[in-house]
This record gives sequence, structure tokens and C-alpha cells, in this order.
Amino acid sequence: MKPAPFEYQAPATLREAVDLLASDPEAMVIAGGQSLMPLLALRLATPSLLIDLRRVPGLDAIAIDDSGIRLGARVRWRDIEDDRRLETAHPLLRETIAQVAHYQIRNRGTVGGSLAHADPAAELPGIAVTCDAELTLVGVAGTRMVRAGDFFTGPLTTVRQHDEIITELHLPFWPSGRRWAFREFAQRRGDFSLAGIALFYGEDQEGRVANAHVGVIGACDRPQRLMEVEALLNGRFIDEGLIREAAETSARTVDPPEDLHVPAAYRRALVATLIERGLRSAAQHRSA
Amino acid sequence: MQVNFKLNGTPVVVDVEPRMHLADCLRDELRQTGTHLGCEHGACGACTVIVDGAAVRACLMLAVQVEGSSIVTVEGLSTEEALTPLQTAFRKHHALQCGFCTPGMLTTAHALLTDEPDADGDRIRAVLSGNLCRCTGYIPIVDAVLDARAAYRKSDKR
Ligand SMILES: Cc1cc2nc3c(=O)[nH]c(=O)nc-3n(C[C@H](O)[C@H](O)[C@H](O)COP(=O)(O)OP(=O)(O)OC[C@H]3O[C@@H](n4cnc5c(N)ncnc54)[C@H](O)[C@@H]3O)c2cc1C
Ligand code: FES
Ligand code: FES
Repeated sequence: MKPAPFEYQAPATLREAVDLLASDPEAMVIAGGQSLMPLLALRLATPSLLIDLRRVPGLDAIAIDDSGIRLGARVRWRDIEDDRRLETAHPLLRETIAQVAHYQIRNRGTVGGSLAHADPAAELPGIAVTCDAELTLVGVAGTRMVRAGDFFTGPLTTVRQHDEIITELHLPFWPSGRRWAFREFAQRRGDFSLAGIALFYGEDQEGRVANAHVGVIGACDRPQRLMEVEALLNGRFIDEGLIREAAETSARTVDPPEDLHVPAAYRRALVATLIERGLRSAAQHRSA
Repeated sequence: MQVNFKLNGTPVVVDVEPRMHLADCLRDELRQTGTHLGCEHGACGACTVIVDGAAVRACLMLAVQVEGSSIVTVEGLSTEEALTPLQTAFRKHHALQCGFCTPGMLTTAHALLTDEPDADGDRIRAVLSGNLCRCTGYIPIVDAVLDARAAYRKSDKR
């Protein structure tokens, strides 16, 4: 359980961090270390150089305005939990992040680290995809924006280039009155879930579903939206029949992995149950 | 690399390899063996220490990352002479058997009650869910933390 040797640097600017990363194909960034340190301990990662973002300024703010919410890459789970503004500015984000990992890990784990690590069961990537968020990446060639839906390509893989550092996640504005839910099931509190779902929708004047977004984590190789379920919901009134139809559609459209925890069929059934519970609870609560 | 930080109020300087995690630095370099190592990959919580007021897993931090920080370990909670109210509550409620998980339980609970002296049973269970104990069945640990809350409310935070 001892990492292989590496060099360590904590540059004082983003430019320096990017240049260091570009200069060494075996270099890696470290932020909170809550995913990387276990990989180092197990020697699943053996970087030559670790570039610590802890001194890089400007990455730790949560900014809220009428375009939405900007989460700096070094914002920790703890910071999101402590920010009372998010209760109205993004209740789905706040409730979902409350389910991430354990107390001590929440004091260190970061937004940028979770996005870059891209665990298929991680909560934040799921919210980013469901909400159509956008990531900002800075590399030697400059700055680019990538939609969350295009960022994740598979388990622990993304379109991030080696020299790029994630600086920010932008979640679009959350209007008041939305209906929403997050549901997940994990074998032990704080563990990665076997599957989770996030959903929200607005309503037209008669109360029919409008602009439904439904996302899933854990039961797929990367976080994704369930477009068929969204299409099914849009323009309809939520009732028990529709909820059951949506649950069945979700089970049919996910493509869960078969792993040592549970068989694929279990995850399909779990997604259906979570969608059912999520829709039922969303129909009862509306955000302020 | 040379690293400077405060350990339980005393400035220390160590010279470590970048790959050394904080728990090994505390135990092997500074001979403070109160911090225990169960899994060394973030799964058990035995190694919990308090860095700049926040409970963290010392096996998931590099020693070189604590430059300039203030660290409190289980050794820093009490004096040689007396147990703290939290430790006294652990003893009263039989909240430890083999004692392996205890340093992590104490540091975690201390950080929690310092920030949230009114934490209820649910909150305490949620926070301690990251700390594994193979002996007690947890119930006496939760009881001890509940009992210790009174001492943290009276502004007596050490
Ligand atoms: C016991 C345990 C339980 C956990 N449970 C959960 C859970 O339920 N849900 C969940 O989502 N997570 C969970 N985690 C993971 C935790 O949330 C991590 O904090 C998070 O996944 C990674 O963030 P980090 O800042 O710690 O990243 P690090 O570990 O520092 O880095 C992770 C990866 O991202 C790269 N990286 C970091 N920052 C950047 C950046 N700004 N730009 C580019 N690359 C970057 C690193 O090079 C590395 O490859 C758990 C961890 C543990 C140990
Ligand atoms: S030794 Fe650090 S969490 Fe187990
Ligand atoms: S007292 Fe033995 S592990 Fe907790």
C-alpha cells in the first residue's frame, strides 16, 4: 500500500500548472486526492510527477448569477453542503452532493477531481449531464468549453487532453417552481451507489410536463440522459400510469454493467424503482 | 522534501519523500503512533486526523501537502494527566474494545462536535459511517458522542 516514487510540485499559477503537465506525459494533477491516493496506493496509477492544484488561485469559488452557477474546480463537497444560497439556487445539486462519500472525504474531494476521474457512479458528473452543464478546460493551446454530455466517454475516460486542467463547471440557471428529485441506492451509506437517478421538469399552464430532464448514474458506463423517458414525459400529465410507463422505459433503455456487486438485471430493476420513486416525489414537491 | 507544519501546537520540520502519506509521516517520522492505519486506501477511517480544523483521512493526503498547516492527532486531544470529556464518555459507555478504530472515532467526533455541538443521533451516525469498527457494533460509540455534546456546548472546545 505504498505508492511508487514520484516528484511533487505545487505551482502558484494555472499557467505554470498547465506547462508542467504538458512537459511530462507521465505527470498527473492532484486536487483533493480522494480518488487518486487510493489509485497510487494500489499502484494502479504510477505518475512521474504530481502537480498539486492547492496553491493555484481562483479555483475555489461558488458564483451564482442569472446565468446559473459556476463551481470552481477546487470547490469541495463540504463547500457545496455549507452554501445555503444553493438551497434555492440549485436544490438538486445540493441534495445530490449531500450523498457523496463520507465526512472526512467531503472535506477534501473536489468538483474538478470528480469530473476528471469520471467514475460512472459519481454523483456530480450525473448532475452535470442531467442539467446540460458545461466544463471549462485550460491547456497549452488555450481555453475550451465542453458540454458535460460530450465530456464523458466511458468508465474513467473523458475527452480531456493530457495537458488540460478543468477550471470550472457551469450549471445553467435553475428557475423557481421546478419539480425535481434525486434518488440512489448504495449498499452502505457514503459508498458509491449501485445506481442513481436525477430528474427535473417544468409544467405548462395546465400542468403538463415540459422540458423533462432525466439522468442516470451507476447503471451505465458513463452518466447519461434517458432521452426516451424524457420524450415520454413531455406534454403529459403525471399519473400512476405514466410513472409506471416511464419506469419500464428506463429499465429497457439503460445498459448496465455486469460486475461483482450485482447482476445487470438487478441494476435495470433498480433504475426502474428509482425512477418511479423519483417521479412520485417530484410530483409532490416543487422547488421554491 | 522539507515540510513545516504544526503538530498538536508544536512546530515540526520533517524531510520526507513526496510519496509518503501523512499517516506514515506522523507514525514513522514523528513517532506519534496514536494515528492508526487500517487499510491505507481510504476505506476505514482509522487514520483520521484534523488538518486546519477539518477531519481528513491521513492516508489520503501526502505529507508534502500539509506545508504550513496545523494538525491535531489523537495525542493532541488530551493532556498526560486527564482524559477529555469525549474520551471520558467513550470509557463510560464502553465505546471501545480492541481500540484500533478509537483514534479515528475520537478525532472525527471531536471535529464534528467542535463545529456542530448540537448534532443529533442521525447526524452522528451519518458522520461516523465513514469509520469502521469491528468490535463494538457502534451503538456505544454513538451513545458516547451524544453524551459528550454537553461539554462542547460550554465553549470548552479542547
Ligand atoms: C471511501 C470513498 C468513498 C467515496 N464515495 C464517493 C461517492 O459516493 N460518490 C462520489 O462521487 N465520489 C466518491 N468518492 C470519491 C471522491 O468524491 C473524490 O473526492 C472525487 O472523485 C475526486 O476528487 P478529488 O478532488 O479528490 O480528486 P483527485 O483524487 O485529486 O483526482 C482524481 C483524478 O482527477 C484528476 N484531476 C483532479 N483535479 C483535476 C482538474 N482540476 N483538472 C484535471 N484533472 C484533475 C487527477 O489527476 C486524478 O486523475 C469516494 C472516495 C472514497 C475514498
Ligand atoms: S487507513 Fe486511512 S482510511 Fe483506512
Ligand atoms: S474497538 Fe475494535 S475496531 Fe473498534
